[in-house]
Amino acid sequence: MKNTRDTQSLFDLSKPGRRAARLPACDVPQQPLEALLPEGSFTQSAPELPEVSEPQVVRHFVNLSTQNMSVDTHFYPLGSCTMKYNSKRNERAAALPGFADLHPLQPESTLQGMLEMLYGLQTYLQEISGLGACSLHPAAGAHGEYAALLVAAAYFQDIGEERTKVLVPDNAHGTNPASAVMAGFESVSVKTTDSGFVDLDDFEAKLDDQIAVFMITNPSTLGLFEVNMQEIADRVHARGGLIYLDGANMNAILGISRPGDFGVDMQHYNPHKTFSGPHGGGGPGAGPICVTDKLAPYLPMPVVRKHESDGGVRYALDHEMPKSIGQIRSFFGNVGVLLRAYCYIRTHGPDGLKSVSENAVLNANYLLSRVKHILPVPQGDRCMHEFVASGSELKSEKGVTAMDIAKRLLDYGFHAPTVYFPLTVPEAIMVEPTETESKETLDAFAEVLFRITEEDPELLHEAPHTTAISRPDEVQAARQPVLACPMC
Amino acid sequence: MPYHYNTAEDQREMLGAIGVDSIEELLAPIPEALRLRRELELPAALSEMELDAHTKKLAGKNASANEKFCFLGGGSYDHFVPAVCDTIGSRSEFYTSYTPYQAEASQGNLQAMFEYQTLICRLTGMEVSNSSLYDGASAAAEAVLMAVSSTKRHGNVVIPTSVHPEYRATIATYLHNLDASPVEVASPGGVVDVEALEAAVTDQTAAVVLQHPNFFGCLEDVDRVAAIAKEAGALLISVFDPVSLGLLQRPGDYGANIAVAEGHTMGTPMSYGGPYLGIMACDQKLVRRMPGRIVGQTVDRRGTPCYVLTMQTREQHIRRDKATSNVCSNQGLFALRAAVYLAQLGPQGLRETAELCLQKTRYAAQKLCESERFSPAFDQPTFKEFVVRDAENDVEGLLENALAAGYLAGLPLGRWYPELSDCFLVAVTEKRTKAEIDGLVGQLTRVASPEEALPVGG
Repeated sequence: MKNTRDTQSLFDLSKPGRRAARLPACDVPQQPLEALLPEGSFTQSAPELPEVSEPQVVRHFVNLSTQNMSVDTHFYPLGSCTMKYNSKRNERAAALPGFADLHPLQPESTLQGMLEMLYGLQTYLQEISGLGACSLHPAAGAHGEYAALLVAAAYFQDIGEERTKVLVPDNAHGTNPASAVMAGFESVSVKTTDSGFVDLDDFEAKLDDQIAVFMITNPSTLGLFEVNMQEIADRVHARGGLIYLDGANMNAILGISRPGDFGVDMQHYNPHKTFSGPHGGGGPGAGPICVTDKLAPYLPMPVVRKHESDGGVRYALDHEMPKSIGQIRSFFGNVGVLLRAYCYIRTHGPDGLKSVSENAVLNANYLLSRVKHILPVPQGDRCMHEFVASGSELKSEKGVTAMDIAKRLLDYGFHAPTVYFPLTVPEAIMVEPTETESKETLDAFAEVLFRITEEDPELLHEAPHTTAISRPDEVQAARQPVLACPMC
Repeated sequence: MPYHYNTAEDQREMLGAIGVDSIEELLAPIPEALRLRRELELPAALSEMELDAHTKKLAGKNASANEKFCFLGGGSYDHFVPAVCDTIGSRSEFYTSYTPYQAEASQGNLQAMFEYQTLICRLTGMEVSNSSLYDGASAAAEAVLMAVSSTKRHGNVVIPTSVHPEYRATIATYLHNLDASPVEVASPGGVVDVEALEAAVTDQTAAVVLQHPNFFGCLEDVDRVAAIAKEAGALLISVFDPVSLGLLQRPGDYGANIAVAEGHTMGTPMSYGGPYLGIMACDQKLVRRMPGRIVGQTVDRRGTPCYVLTMQTREQHIRRDKATSNVCSNQGLFALRAAVYLAQLGPQGLRETAELCLQKTRYAAQKLCESERFSPAFDQPTFKEFVVRDAENDVEGLLENALAAGYLAGLPLGRWYPELSDCFLVAVTEKRTKAEIDGLVGQLTRVASPEEALPVGG
């Protein structure tokens, strides 16, 4: 039920003297603060935090939560984000004190279960990739891209080659070119064809001995398996370059095709997508990377190693990696997310993982077969795990935009697909149903989409009509930024 | 099959509607040579019950702070996590939603992030905050990149060795292929050598990074370092401890231009180091250089105040290779937990937490150093951790014995500071009781005192 009173600003709920937390009395002999710290080190006034009671805190945030759509409450076909169901059994495992209450720098002898789990995950990810080495450190997919590009840079420096460029197809995620620049490379865009594949002429024209890495998303952001994958990899390798796979779309190929078998030298995973880590309103994610054996010495440190001897098995962190790019963050990685990925892989096993991808592809193709009669899908009748429809005809005929459709879907209880990405498709509507949705849900979504295209354009321009707010004024937000509550 | 969402009948109907006979036909776009024609070599599937038993067994092989008394610090701390953080943090609508691209269906997340940004501004005394980065170390590295791009100075970035070694390592990695280099300044007395720092700062210094309280728990002379940075036109990047701000000067008070922190200490357990919360706040004038998502307040078409992701022209999905950073996701869940934590504690609770840390840390340091074997490594005031020197130079043996007695007693420092190989770092949060501290001191000094080490009757 709507509750506007308790969703007013947290700061407006505040009243001087009110408090929620009560701390234990100090049980050690107390000394005057002035005797403990030098004059001048103290803040002049306490931070102006709100003064609220615990019931207020709970009611405020619980009511806020009800203003969100989420995977647990709604179909969330946000293309490229793989919004699949997050199994609750993984949450229970992650909350075990034996995982949750571990300090990152405690002795390895007290971490053998944790290290065993992480070592296991390293080997599973290597097997799924078909690549020989793994680093679990990166905190997100983009962080994995960045780490892998640093690995590539270190490799080329080590073998004495100066390579300055990274090739990125124009339909790639924006993180790819951004990561390339952060890693010190120049990002060069490669065109894709109308069919959605890498334009081989443009690729050939841009391929030279300065190319360090070709970053490819395969299956692509259009949901297509790159037809020229092998040829692209061969040509890049012939020039001494490396192939990086943006692994955002691994959900389509688990146990079906392995990046290491199609020429990939490095890849990241998005375990929060593929292996069902909850997305948490924007994060955390994780971005473990796998690389070929020749790139293994350059991975971020430390890596988990397994030592077997007569005395049994011991797991240890390897900090002695002289060629490593070093650290890219504190401590070991987004272990909580990695643990959920581990649980997911153990729950599914080899046949289950393959079935995940088969059904993700089946669901996407089924929805495509229904949607294509409503909105054109420029890249054809078949897809892998997602497809991109275009609202451009509807826009020219009725003035209805992809954004209008997205907003109206919210009224019908569906989260909107990704819109206006990839940039290569006009009025793009990118739909990724995932394998965890039923046929009934997909049918209902297609029916609603059809109904929307028949609705009065004026109604659609003003959508959504049933959410807590109507469309926000984004221009005002950007031009006159209000980024915090003013002080009272 | 553990997960079987589509029934066999569903699959048949769906294949029929698509117009193919099998799923295999749908996979035809993958060239045969690139197909994996064997099963993945992975362990067989586990049922929920089996998984439950398996993960409990793995967890049981670890010794957690739940069963040991944890005096470990160095960037991760055993602070108390109020139950409300778990309650709110596990709400499905927060937990299983994603980036609020559709503002109308995400006002809960957006308002929570706006409130988080506000809380961080008030906590730090800074003008603007983003809605979080990965962790403290990568936030520090991003701050350095921000400083280089905004000052357009490509000389050096000055970093005392009293800054967390892993943060320094991360900054070095981030700068490695770019045209500014980190310059480290020694901290022989537990705090940075300010004269040496002043000498290292040039007119091409983009930033000075200062951790306060620093890695050793000591308080730096923030005012002096801030003045040196300002004088040289370099930015001051402060690495702070959120809990310390219940008592200590805020980064905004001493003139930090960018303030970053590890924020897991506000409502998220230690979790073996991640996922954590990277806090970043900065001067208003730097906001368009700031990485990460930012939530702003605006109005909707009916004039209702509402919240939206804003200033996206900084970001990779719009600017691609011209973006301020490649950061895409944030740590929304932990930013939410931090917001709940700060609301739950309020100004008084935060102050009391900080005071408890300070009092207990000082008590532990004094008790421990009553023993002849132990002495404070540095003659400096500290906040919630301190460095102890072991006169017998057997840190490893000492900590091992303490572990056997149930204490995660401290961090050996030799790995990062060879000159401190006879020292260890002890952290004391508000959770540690007098009995636990006395127990730790008893354990360490018992092992240490030769007369007590003698056999009974000897």
